[in-house]
Amino acid sequence: MLGALIIVFREVIEAGLIVGIVLAVTRGVPGRGLHVAAGLAAGLLGAALVAVFAGELADAFSGAGQEIFNAGVLALAVVMLAWHNIWMASHGREMAANLKNVGQAVAEGSRTLTALSIVVAVAVLREGSEVVLFLYGIVASGAAGFHELLLGGTIGLASGALLSALMFLGLVAIPARHLFRVTTALITFLAAGMAAQCVVFLQQAGYVTALSRTVWDTSSVLPDDSLLGRVLHTLFGYVDQPSGMQLAVYLSVLAVIFVATKLASPSHVSRKRVSMA
Amino acid sequence: MKMVRTLAALALTAIWCAPVVAQQATVRITIKDHRFSPSEPHAPASQAFAIVVKNLDSTASEFESKTLRVEKVVAPGGEITMRIRPLNAGRYHFFDDFHQDTTEGELVVE
Repeated sequence: MLGALIIVFREVIEAGLIVGIVLAVTRGVPGRGLHVAAGLAAGLLGAALVAVFAGELADAFSGAGQEIFNAGVLALAVVMLAWHNIWMASHGREMAANLKNVGQAVAEGSRTLTALSIVVAVAVLREGSEVVLFLYGIVASGAAGFHELLLGGTIGLASGALLSALMFLGLVAIPARHLFRVTTALITFLAAGMAAQCVVFLQQAGYVTALSRTVWDTSSVLPDDSLLGRVLHTLFGYVDQPSGMQLAVYLSVLAVIFVATKLASPSHVSRKRVSMA
Repeated sequence: MKMVRTLAALALTAIWCAPVVAQQATVRITIKDHRFSPSEPHAPASQAFAIVVKNLDSTASEFESKTLRVEKVVAPGGEITMRIRPLNAGRYHFFDDFHQDTTEGELVVE
């Protein structure tokens, strides 16, 4: 039971934190519930498919199918997150200009709802397929009774959901005029972390070989498979033994999204003046 | 859209340019009854090599190692290949993420 609990909790954290952020980002946007639910459903369906066809997937692309698939969905999520940030920056002037209409201005964000529901789907898909494979393995090997498995899985799922609820509540407690800045920054870090994770899969498949040396090793101080390490990994892309290429891609994506978001905002000079007033 | 197309083109290029495992050393590991065999395989230091894992069990496994920086699902009866960067001599711990309590081993690089 404990095994099922731990693994389900572990995998749900990552997807849950991302769902929490997306819910906070889209607060007040009409139709967001539907989009997030659709993302969850698509992710779960995809996870089941990936689990069922794990063998076929692994054999695709002369054995690099899993890596290409993982790198591909991560790259998709990175593009969606970047697009969301840039779009919101270029249309979010009203938010700062007229604080009374924050709800209405955030509603502008409904355009990028599809992008964010894709991000939710990707997060659920990646973590969910592992959960399915693992739980199926337990059932098949008869190591634990079905009820114990169910109990462990449910507690794991509930704890993970609780964490994502805390994430959401923590974010929405931020005053509205700061929330936009905070979520923009969060999404930028989220995207950079995913891009770095994408590199790991490309390295494992042998497509990327440059800068493979480990830059630092903080596994004894803060292992990235500990609870705090995992949360930091999801939110900021923390890795305890990153390669040079991971770090380079992380910093590049961070810089590119940051600069693109700045450039996309119609007149960040005048916006600054308004928000200071 | 243009960005998407560029990305797709890049991805395809990457797939076509996949390095061929020609002269690379290969470490072969099998999983049976949730045990790695051998549980202490050896690999040459300072050169890239490949690890091939064959799963003879009826349940899925996930071959994982923090220090080798790999994480890959092995379907029941399936076989996977992972490319490993040139490593310094030392011992590198690996495990089955789905059966951590029983299935682990160490790669000896020398």
